[in-house]
Amino acid sequence: MNIHEFQAKQVLGRFGAPVPKGQPASTPDEAAAAFTALGQPKAVIKAQIHAGGRGKAGGVKLVSSADEARQFAAGLLGKALVTHQTGPQGRVVRRVYVEEASQVARELYLGMVVDRKAQAVSVIASTEGGMEIEEVAAKTPDKIMTEPIDPVLGVSGFLARKIAFGLGLKDKQVGQFGTLLTALYRAFFETDASLIEINPLVVTADGRVICLDAKMSFDDNGLFRHGDIRELRDANEEDPAETEAAKFDLSYVHLDGNIGCMVNGAGLAMATMDIVKHYGAEPANFLDVGGGANTEKVAAAFRILLADKRVRGVLINIFGGIMQCDVLAQGVVEAARQVKLSVPLVVRMEGTNVDKGKQILAESGIKVISASDMADAARRVVEAIR
Amino acid sequence: MSILVDKNTRVLTQGITGATGQFHTRACREYGTQMVGGVVPGKGGTDFEGIPIFDTVEQARKRTGANASVIYVPPPFAADAILEAAAAGIELVVCITEGIPVLDMVKVMRYLRDSKTRLIGPNCPGIITPGECKIGIMPGYIHKPGDIGVVSRSGTLTYEAVHQLTLLGLGQSSCIGIGGDPLIGTSHTDALRLFNEDPKTRAIIMIGEIGGTAEEEAAEYIKNNVKKPVVAFIAGQTAPKGRRMGHAGAIISGGRGTAADKIAALKAAGIRVAMSPADLGSTMKAALEERA
Repeated sequence: MNIHEFQAKQVLGRFGAPVPKGQPASTPDEAAAAFTALGQPKAVIKAQIHAGGRGKAGGVKLVSSADEARQFAAGLLGKALVTHQTGPQGRVVRRVYVEEASQVARELYLGMVVDRKAQAVSVIASTEGGMEIEEVAAKTPDKIMTEPIDPVLGVSGFLARKIAFGLGLKDKQVGQFGTLLTALYRAFFETDASLIEINPLVVTADGRVICLDAKMSFDDNGLFRHGDIRELRDANEEDPAETEAAKFDLSYVHLDGNIGCMVNGAGLAMATMDIVKHYGAEPANFLDVGGGANTEKVAAAFRILLADKRVRGVLINIFGGIMQCDVLAQGVVEAARQVKLSVPLVVRMEGTNVDKGKQILAESGIKVISASDMADAARRVVEAIR
Repeated sequence: MSILVDKNTRVLTQGITGATGQFHTRACREYGTQMVGGVVPGKGGTDFEGIPIFDTVEQARKRTGANASVIYVPPPFAADAILEAAAAGIELVVCITEGIPVLDMVKVMRYLRDSKTRLIGPNCPGIITPGECKIGIMPGYIHKPGDIGVVSRSGTLTYEAVHQLTLLGLGQSSCIGIGGDPLIGTSHTDALRLFNEDPKTRAIIMIGEIGGTAEEEAAEYIKNNVKKPVVAFIAGQTAPKGRRMGHAGAIISGGRGTAADKIAALKAAGIRVAMSPADLGSTMKAALEERA
């Protein structure tokens, strides 16, 4: 789960990380009021969407009056902002963040991720702040430091100093950085984060080290123990079909093709998308109904699939292990009755109770194209939409 | 003719009284696995269909001589269950549970580094040596004893591969599902090493997917060490960047971990890569015929 910059700064601030003062606003008047409340000659207005590249796309501006704040906010709010990360349709800005301006002397990069190789949380730091870290990694990999944190020790003093000196920090900044890094690591562990990215981390003209931007993502598997973090979810930033699928505990990702896929198991679901492509069509989605799916869940999955108007054919590929083919067939029959199936449906079933499943489909009166194996299924569904 | 488990393996079920634990303990016992005990805190002294239940893994191990354990405990408590099994000296721990917070696994992996316990999973179907021992949730009947080793990050895609092999008359030495999470106890490379050193395994199928660099590392290992034929498939060739594809570990992040990168690394190491998941069995058959 991702959250907005202003939310990330609130979370990190709670753990003692130095972040600039600011206030979110969802109307131009609120933005003006927030400017006045800050009581400083200048402020920065930042569009709040779940995507990077906002500055270059015109979503960030330094303003010097409440009127200017109001005007700039009015130009952003309710409109789509297109950055290189949003796709051509952009994301609608529903809130701006009004923040005190900082005098920047140096821009650095600081990230924290779950590092698969080190099997630990690693700190990623670079002197090249303000650029995308992937770009730095591609062009100047020697300018990136990666330091795993031992979960037994946490952030050791020596480790923090090593990174601080590597970033070219000096004097009081080294100690400040250690405090900041400890705060980030605590925030990471105590909120079940999966990513914290401070880009840029800046040294101000008066020598303070602060988090000028902040991005946080959370491990969906850890959300059950963080009610406060769950409340930060912004449904506007998520695909409505994916939100609906999540209610039924279905794993669904919306794609651009026209073959709807329903599969059990994530690996087989990906492989099914791949084989659709292999036979010359594009998958409309990734959908894993899971192992323990019941009739209701399968019916919900089928409804969500068919709600996508681009879907011109459906491929169901089930290898029943825990998932029983008769349960699946029952769900498909129920859903097909509810939604009035109007596109070709190809079903490939294998595994537990496969004969019972085939019988249920055959007796349902629904028009089903049966396939003998995965390749056959993909060929048939691609043929059917031609 | 197997790795890690055989007919002598003695297995405990942690979480034996839950619906999943009951169902699969029964199925594994019917398959012929020695299911010697269960662990459910607070239910020690009772039994599940004749299988004695204990309060702690330590007691269960002492009383039953178990050397393996399988975990069906719900996600909030699963990491602790792994630690408990490792602390009790269980040699092989298979964690089926999906949805364990990854930071719980950071602590578990750190603890296991100094322990003799091998963890398989989490978020995996388990391990089977056909005809001898099944630990996990895979449907037993699709397997056939033989000499092909199968290692995979996915559950149902493994069944798909095994089914294809069996239909072609190619039996399996052992099949190991290593799990779809970002942090797992046994990697592709670990499993490949075991299969490579197993004299009865003649060839290996490796099924990977997007996310991380485990397949690239495996390719390197195969290039330098494995003389047996290896056939690979990578799921997620059509997956978009930055989206989690069901498995917590199946995500292309920062442009890394794509199927294309993995396939290129595997091919560069001289490994046959099936481009369609429907061709796994036939690609293996071709590889074996070429070798013969």
